[in-house]
Amino acid sequence: MNMLQELLTYYQQNGSYVMEQFVRHFLMSAYGVLFAAIVGIPVGILIARYGRLSGWVLTAANLIQTIPALAMLAVLMLVMGLGANTVVMGLFLYSLLPIIRNTYTGLKSVDLPILEAGRAMGMTRAQRLFMVELPLSLSVIMAGLRTALIIAIGVATIGAFIGGGGLGSIIIRGTNITDGGAIILAGAIPTALMAVIADILLGWVERALSPANKKRGIPAAGETTEII
Amino acid sequence: MLVFENVSKVYPGGKRAVDHLDLEIGEGEFICFIGPSGCGKTTTMKMINRLVKPTDGKILLNGKNILEQNVVELRRSIGYVIQQIGLFPHMTIRDNIALVPRLKGVPAEERNKRAEELLELVNMPKEFLDRFPHELSGGQQQRIGVLRALASNPPLILMDEPFGALDPITRDSLQAEFKNLQQSLGKTIIFVTHDMDEAIKLADRIVIMRAGQIVQVGSPDEILRNPADDFVRDFIGKDRLAEAQQHFQTVGQIMNPDPVSIGLGATLSEAVRTMRRRRVDSLLVTDDAGILRGKVTIEQIDRNRDLDAAVADLMERDIQTVRADTLLRDATRNILVRGSKYVPVVDARKRLIGIITRTNLVDVLYDSIWGEEDDEEQDAVVNEAAAAPQTGEGS
Ligand SMILES: Nc1ncnc2c1ncn2[C@@H]1O[C@H](COP(=O)(O)OP(=O)(O)O)[C@@H](O)[C@H]1O
Ligand SMILES: [Mg+2]
Repeated sequence: MNMLQELLTYYQQNGSYVMEQFVRHFLMSAYGVLFAAIVGIPVGILIARYGRLSGWVLTAANLIQTIPALAMLAVLMLVMGLGANTVVMGLFLYSLLPIIRNTYTGLKSVDLPILEAGRAMGMTRAQRLFMVELPLSLSVIMAGLRTALIIAIGVATIGAFIGGGGLGSIIIRGTNITDGGAIILAGAIPTALMAVIADILLGWVERALSPANKKRGIPAAGETTEII
Repeated sequence: MLVFENVSKVYPGGKRAVDHLDLEIGEGEFICFIGPSGCGKTTTMKMINRLVKPTDGKILLNGKNILEQNVVELRRSIGYVIQQIGLFPHMTIRDNIALVPRLKGVPAEERNKRAEELLELVNMPKEFLDRFPHELSGGQQQRIGVLRALASNPPLILMDEPFGALDPITRDSLQAEFKNLQQSLGKTIIFVTHDMDEAIKLADRIVIMRAGQIVQVGSPDEILRNPADDFVRDFIGKDRLAEAQQHFQTVGQIMNPDPVSIGLGATLSEAVRTMRRRRVDSLLVTDDAGILRGKVTIEQIDRNRDLDAAVADLMERDIQTVRADTLLRDATRNILVRGSKYVPVVDARKRLIGIITRTNLVDVLYDSIWGEEDDEEQDAVVNEAAAAPQTGEGS
């Protein structure tokens, strides 16, 4: 009860600050994922096309993923110094694996007969990619972005240690003072909220893009006159 | 329009899928490739639209080497239908049908019209245009697959076991529908199948393949009548061959070799006597060389009271004949259409050598219905039926 009271007081007194950190936190995560998408999706397409590269690239991305977040940010800090840019760089690296892997998997799981039909009908490589392969793997790619964003929102919390700001700075402040439980919560709750909302929203987009869920405009074949 | 010159395909790993293939295909022909699984049918077909690159040899389409053409344009000018259908699941039926026109840059309005037009060809209502492939049954989907191949009106269409995955009833109706479509549109079709019935039903010419080579090429009739070797015979199957045997029965095989005839110089009274003796109501008239000259019937003689007149003066000269090597089914058609009770059988020099009567035809009918069965009782019935009218059936 006491804790809740403290929490509310904190939000009342620091509302605009929390809001500012919330936006900053989100932007760092989003930029990290955005840049990772800009790099990762083409890389995924490339390794799906030239299978020989896929092993190497996926292993490398996997390796990045195994580095503990704090260690990664520390190393990046040595190179890039303090600040939000370093955090975005770290989030970028973390987001690569889910994005590359899902792009690769998505493209690889397009039915071969469908690809062959595209080829046989005289689609160029680019037409095949943009008219068939990407639309059909869009939901899988979206799933990759969703995973990446949720990871990024979590990892961005640690970014506060290297001066990136964000909701992590509120949590750190809470850990630094005695009886800072309420302040820790004041940072953690919006972080969790952001992750959950991102998950729900992107999950919804993902399902909307799935080719299996195309709207049924008119009653299905079996319900109307059967032609055969 | 399409020529294979010494074409071979060796896959990486050394598998020789097509082995020195030579074949010429004419405009508007319906060609079926048939053979056991793995004999190279699909490979042969895919070399035509360059999904597979020939290792050796030349393929000429309208006189031009396909390897020297722009591959994308080549493919857009050849229709392609596959067993797995391969409709694009994220596109509506409309977009699926009109894909090649879209690739070619045809304006949307025209594409729409084309899609509607095509859908009418297969009697599907317009509402289907806005559905997605997964909302259609397998048979409907493959109809769309066929329409998609027709969309830009290509003269040549390749089909790889297009009806192979459909249930038998759907397959039957699609085969019939498609054959009609092909004939009315005048397309050249190359159709891969492993179903002999399908090939017989659809093909103008069947190409039988084994291990990458052509074993026999011919019309369904030619192949059924003269299978090139045991492989072809096995492939066609005993039942179908037996059936074909009947189908290809000749007049000579079933005719009555003892027709009742009379010489040109005989008198009418002699004719009447012969008729009575042989219990017939008409006589075929032959000259000394046995050449058929005409016929006289009892009605004609009745009308002419002068029994000493010669048969030659009274006989009907204009009569229809068949040759012994005529296919029975063709002769039957004549007999039925003209309503004659019998047709005399002659050889190349017009000599009378036999006769087929309606009774003979009934025998054949019995044979084709009961003949395959071993049941002795039925055999007995058939033999009786066959034996009874054999004697003295002049008319
Ligand atoms: N891409 C490929 N790589 C290697 N071998 C292949 C390939 N495609 C087909 N083959 C082989 O070539 C032979 C002919 O195949 P195919 O043309 O598909 O036969 P069919 O269509 O008559 O069943 C088979 O033995 C098959 O295993
Ligand atoms: Mg095949």
